[in-house]
Amino acid sequence: MENTNDNQWDLVVKPTSSWFNLKLSELMRYKDLLFMFVRRDVVTIYKQTILGPLWILIQPIFTTVMYVFVFGNVANLPTEGIPKPLFYLSGVILWGYFSEAFSKTSSTFSENAAIFGKVYFPRLIMPLSKIFSALIKFGIQFALFLGLLVYYLITEPENINAGFTMILLPLFLVLMAGLGLGFGLIFSSLTTKYRDLKFLIQFGVQLLMYATPIIYPLSMMEQGSATRFVLELNPISHIIEAFKYAFVGNGSLSAGGLVYSGIFTLVILLTGIVIFNRTEKTFMDTV
Amino acid sequence: MRETVLKIENLSKLYRLGEVGTGTISHDLNRWFAKVRGKEDPFAKVGQVNNRSKKAISDYVWALKDIGFEVKKGEVLGIIGKNGAGKSTLLKLISQITAPTTGFIKAKGRVASLLEVGTGMHPEMTAKENIYLNGAILGMTKKEIRAKFDEILDFAGCKMYVNTPIKRFSSGMTVRLAFAVAAFLDPEILIVDEVLAVGDADFQKKAIGKMKEVSEGAGRTVIFVSHNMGSVKDLCTSGILLDNGQIDFASNNIEEVIDYYLSSNVLVDRNINDIDRKGNGKIVFSRCELLDASGKKMKKFHTGDRMTFEFDLEQKSTDQLDAEIIIGIRRKDDSPVCFLSNNYTGVEVKISEGVNSVRCVINNMPFTEGDYIVNLMVKSQNQICDWVQDVTYFQMERASFIYENYVYPENYKGFYIEHEWTSK
Repeated sequence: MENTNDNQWDLVVKPTSSWFNLKLSELMRYKDLLFMFVRRDVVTIYKQTILGPLWILIQPIFTTVMYVFVFGNVANLPTEGIPKPLFYLSGVILWGYFSEAFSKTSSTFSENAAIFGKVYFPRLIMPLSKIFSALIKFGIQFALFLGLLVYYLITEPENINAGFTMILLPLFLVLMAGLGLGFGLIFSSLTTKYRDLKFLIQFGVQLLMYATPIIYPLSMMEQGSATRFVLELNPISHIIEAFKYAFVGNGSLSAGGLVYSGIFTLVILLTGIVIFNRTEKTFMDTV
Repeated sequence: MRETVLKIENLSKLYRLGEVGTGTISHDLNRWFAKVRGKEDPFAKVGQVNNRSKKAISDYVWALKDIGFEVKKGEVLGIIGKNGAGKSTLLKLISQITAPTTGFIKAKGRVASLLEVGTGMHPEMTAKENIYLNGAILGMTKKEIRAKFDEILDFAGCKMYVNTPIKRFSSGMTVRLAFAVAAFLDPEILIVDEVLAVGDADFQKKAIGKMKEVSEGAGRTVIFVSHNMGSVKDLCTSGILLDNGQIDFASNNIEEVIDYYLSSNVLVDRNINDIDRKGNGKIVFSRCELLDASGKKMKKFHTGDRMTFEFDLEQKSTDQLDAEIIIGIRRKDDSPVCFLSNNYTGVEVKISEGVNSVRCVINNMPFTEGDYIVNLMVKSQNQICDWVQDVTYFQMERASFIYENYVYPENYKGFYIEHEWTSK
C-alpha cells in the first residue's frame, strides 16, 4: 500500500524550498516561544546589575543631556523653539528603537549558532522576539518622554504643539520595526558568510543617525537643496519628522514621505525574509 | 503491519572541505550558473565518499550518500557507526537543523530532537522559567508545559530548587532537568544523540526506562545514536550501521547489527603502518605477528596453546634506549582482558638504532572462546613513544581437553584456569 501522496506526511524536508515561504502557521504554533524569548531578554538582561532596569532610562537621559550640551549649546543647532531636552529626547528614543531592533536582529545567526545547531524551531522567531523586547524598552523610554512632555506642557505650553496625529504612533513603530527587522535579517544572513559586515554595522548605525534628522530639524535644510534631497531619501527621516510633528509640534507630516517610507519598509522586509529563509536552511554549514 | 512514520529517500549531504569563505565566490557563481542551465552541481560530481583515513582528492565530500530507510511506529532505531560515519549529520538532517543536498525526509507527527540537552537554557533564569523556555524551544505550548510541569519536576528530581537560577545547579542536575523536559514532550518521533553519557548511573537507568516507556507504552518512535553498545542493545529494536556516509548494514534485529559492527570494526588484518597512532615517535612498531607453537603465522588458537607475539621496533637515534613494551588484550566488545609488559617479568629490553626484533610468549593460553583484539604500546624514559590500537586480532577456539559437549555459561566466559577435582 505504497502511497506517494505528500499530504499524508506532516513534515517533508526537501533540499530547497520555495523562494518566499513565511510558514505562518508554523510561526503561530510557536507563538509561546516568542513570548518566552521576549521574557528571557527582559528578565535576564539587567541581572546582577545594581541599577537594573533603570539603565533603560539612564541611557536616553544621559544621551539627551549630552546632545543638549554639544549640539544645542556648543554647536547651537536650532530646535525651532521646542525645549531642547524634549527635542533631543524625542529623536533619541525613536532612533534608539530602530537601532536596537536592527543591531539585535542583525546578529541572529552568529549569536544563536549554538542553539540553532541543536534544535529546530522557526528561525524567524528569534529576530521577532528581539523586535518585541526592543519595543518594551521603547515603551519604558516613551513613558519618560511623556513625562517630560507633560512637564513642558505645564511650564511653557506656548512652545509645544502636540496634535491629534499622535494616534499614528503605532504606524511609526511598525515602520521602524519593519525597517530594523528587514535590514537586520539581510545583514544577519550575510554575516554568516562574510564576517566583515559585523564591523560595518557597528559604526554604520552611528553614521546613519547623522543622516537622519535627530539632532537637527529637517527644516534646517533648504527646500530643494541637495542635502535635503539626500535626507529625504532616508526613509527613517520621514518617520522621525512625523513623530516629532505629532508629539512636540515641529517637524513635518508628509503623507508622501510616509508612503515612501512604507513602500521602502515593505520592500526591505520582504527581501530580508527571502534572504533569511534561504540562509536558515544551510547556515549551520557555513557559520 | 504497523504504520510508517518516518521515511527517508535517497538522502545525501555534501560538505565542502577546508575553510568555508575563501575562494567560495567563484565556486558559488559556478554552481549558480550550472543551476541556471539546469545542470548538476559541478562540484558535487567530484565529491568523494567520506573516508577520513584517506587524503582528500576533492574539495567536497559526501557526509551522507544515498541513504534510504523507513521507521515504523513504536520502533526504536539505533544508529551506530564509527566517529565521522555520518550519524550526527543524519540526525541533523532529520531534525531540520540543516537541509539535505538531495533527497527527502518525510515524517508524521512532531519530531523533537535531543541532540544535546540543555539547549537554550539560560543560566540566570530559575528552573521553573527554564522548563517553560526549554519546552517552548522544543515546540510545546505554554498550556502543555503547565499540564506536565509537576511530572517534569518530579522526574528531574529538583523540586527543591524550582526558584533557583540554574547557574547554581550542578551540571548533572541541569542535564536531568533538560532531559525531563524533552522526555515529557511526547513527540511522535524523538531523536536522541548521546545524551546519556552524562548523569549518574541512577539517572541513566531512569532515562533509558523513560525512553522504553515512551516507545513501548505510548507507541512513540525513537531514533537513538550512541557509542555505548550496551545502551543501544538495551533500548533499540532495530538498527542501522553507517560507514563512510553510507548504510553498511541494517536489520530489524539490533543484535545482528551490533555483532556485524563489532566484527567488521575489529577483525580485519591491517597494515600496522597505516593505523592512527599516538606517541612521540622515538620508537615505533613496524611489524607485529602472532605465531603458533611451531613458529607459523596464526590467527586461530585453542585454549591451552602456546602463542608468540613477534614485533619489529624501529628507532632512528644512535642512543640505546631502555623500553617498556606493553601488550593490551581486549575482547571484541572492548571489554579488557589482560595487560602484558616486560616490566612485570623484570626483563630489560634495549632498543638500538635500526630494526629490533622482540618476542613475547604466552604458554598455556588461558583465554576462552571468542575474538580478541591486540593493542600495543612502547614507552621509554617515562614517555609514550608509540601507541597503536587494534593492531591485530586472534580467535580462540575450544580446547581439545575440554569435554566436547560442555557449554560455557555466557556470563562466565572469562578465563580457563587449570584446576583439579577429587572426590571421596
